Amino acid sequence: MPPRSARSHFPQHGTKPFMIDWSGYLSLILQGAVVTVQLTVMGSILALIVAFIAGLGRISRFAILRWLATAYIEFFRGTSIFVQLFFAYFVLPFMGISLTPLQAGVLALGLNVGAYAAEVVRGAILSVGREQYEACTALNLSRWQCMRKVILPQALLVMLPTFGNNAIELLKATSVVSLISLADMTFQANIVRSQTGSTLIPFATILFLYFVFALLISFGVRALERHMARGLDGVRT
Amino acid sequence: MAAPIIEIESISKSFGAFQVLDQLSMQVMPGEKLALIGPSGSGKTTILRILMTLERIDGGHIRIEGEELYHMSKNGGLAPADEKHLTKMRQKIGMVFQLFNLFPHMSVLDNVTLAPILTKGVSRADARKRAMELLDMVGMSAKADAMPSQLSGGQKQRVAIARALALSPKIMLFDEVTSALDPELVEEVLNVMRKLAAETDMTMLLVTHEMGFAHDFADRVLFFDRGRIVEEGKPDDIFRHPKQERTQTFLRKIIAAGHRV
Repeated sequence: MPPRSARSHFPQHGTKPFMIDWSGYLSLILQGAVVTVQLTVMGSILALIVAFIAGLGRISRFAILRWLATAYIEFFRGTSIFVQLFFAYFVLPFMGISLTPLQAGVLALGLNVGAYAAEVVRGAILSVGREQYEACTALNLSRWQCMRKVILPQALLVMLPTFGNNAIELLKATSVVSLISLADMTFQANIVRSQTGSTLIPFATILFLYFVFALLISFGVRALERHMARGLDGVRT
Repeated sequence: MAAPIIEIESISKSFGAFQVLDQLSMQVMPGEKLALIGPSGSGKTTILRILMTLERIDGGHIRIEGEELYHMSKNGGLAPADEKHLTKMRQKIGMVFQLFNLFPHMSVLDNVTLAPILTKGVSRADARKRAMELLDMVGMSAKADAMPSQLSGGQKQRVAIARALALSPKIMLFDEVTSALDPELVEEVLNVMRKLAAETDMTMLLVTHEMGFAHDFADRVLFFDRGRIVEEGKPDDIFRHPKQERTQTFLRKIIAAGHRV
């Protein structure tokens, strides 16, 4: 059971001082961890989608698409995620768009990290050699067929390691949502801290959990990379 | 006499200040096997790349089977070709590259079936059947499921030839297809091309430094230098009795470099 009332968990007179029942606090932090994972997964999905849209937009034949993509990328890279989050949660309601804290968090995180990932998409596509495009032309593939069947599958392999980094950045950035009172891991650790007076235990716990989540992302991406690189040469495995 | 399948009419092409092709004109007859030889930078590869629409021309006209390649009729006049027109024209032409340009993330079989399925609406089953026939012809059917990285250079090039043939082009362009190969692998690719020349009536344009092969393979040899055709004729005339001094100098250098004639 999560402690609802902070006072009852403070050491009482007559009981042993400094003995705290941590199990309730741990479950509080684990509830926060679920929120952090939700934010990371949903934020990453949104980031991935906008990264491909903006990344392809950056290399589009159409100037207007290039311009829109560049504006998006520069804006979201050039402003603080903290401000973006506050904007999404506190300012958008004035424009008639009310978001839950979770929606605002996913939106700000996804768009922010998506801007960085868009540059990864663009760079990876440009890293595929000109000879692959020429083979497409010689085989009479359309631009889109070439992109979908030939260029993107090769570029994806180049993107993956950096996407892994982006996902870890996103994971770490989720802690800003505690500022709009979304009860993520950091938010809960602060609650525990204020209720128990201990900083070491809650923050060591979430430090460890963030690290484990980041490791999971790293391993996951590396496994995916190995899986996709089978049979290819010139790619690290 | 039949009409030429390729008519090139005073085309020019520059890369920056460097003029690669200078008012070049030539014709190729259907079924003709043409060897383009000459020093590097002489413009012979550029001609193939222009025919494959990998480079645009600065001026002039090219007609394939009487139809303009880079222009199309519009309102009674000629307008620059759009992508749709180019797509239609490209169906007649196939190209094999010096560095194979296979798709590294696809199996040999998928490399060969991709374009027929996507561009000709061929069913997967039919594309596979045809691909296996072609791979058989180039001696690569046993490697149908291999990835390109598992093949030798000669094997890659034979797959690339099968891939180009899968679209049944009327004109095949071979751009220094053996230049990137180890010497012992050259012959297996040349054998495939000999077979192609003997068994099909495709028009073939070949840019090569293999003078011995050009001699046996070609109906006609064109010697290029500085964007112009310096000399052309039957292989025996060009290789045994070159008239122009530049042709003679070039052939001497090639022979000195160890190429057979």
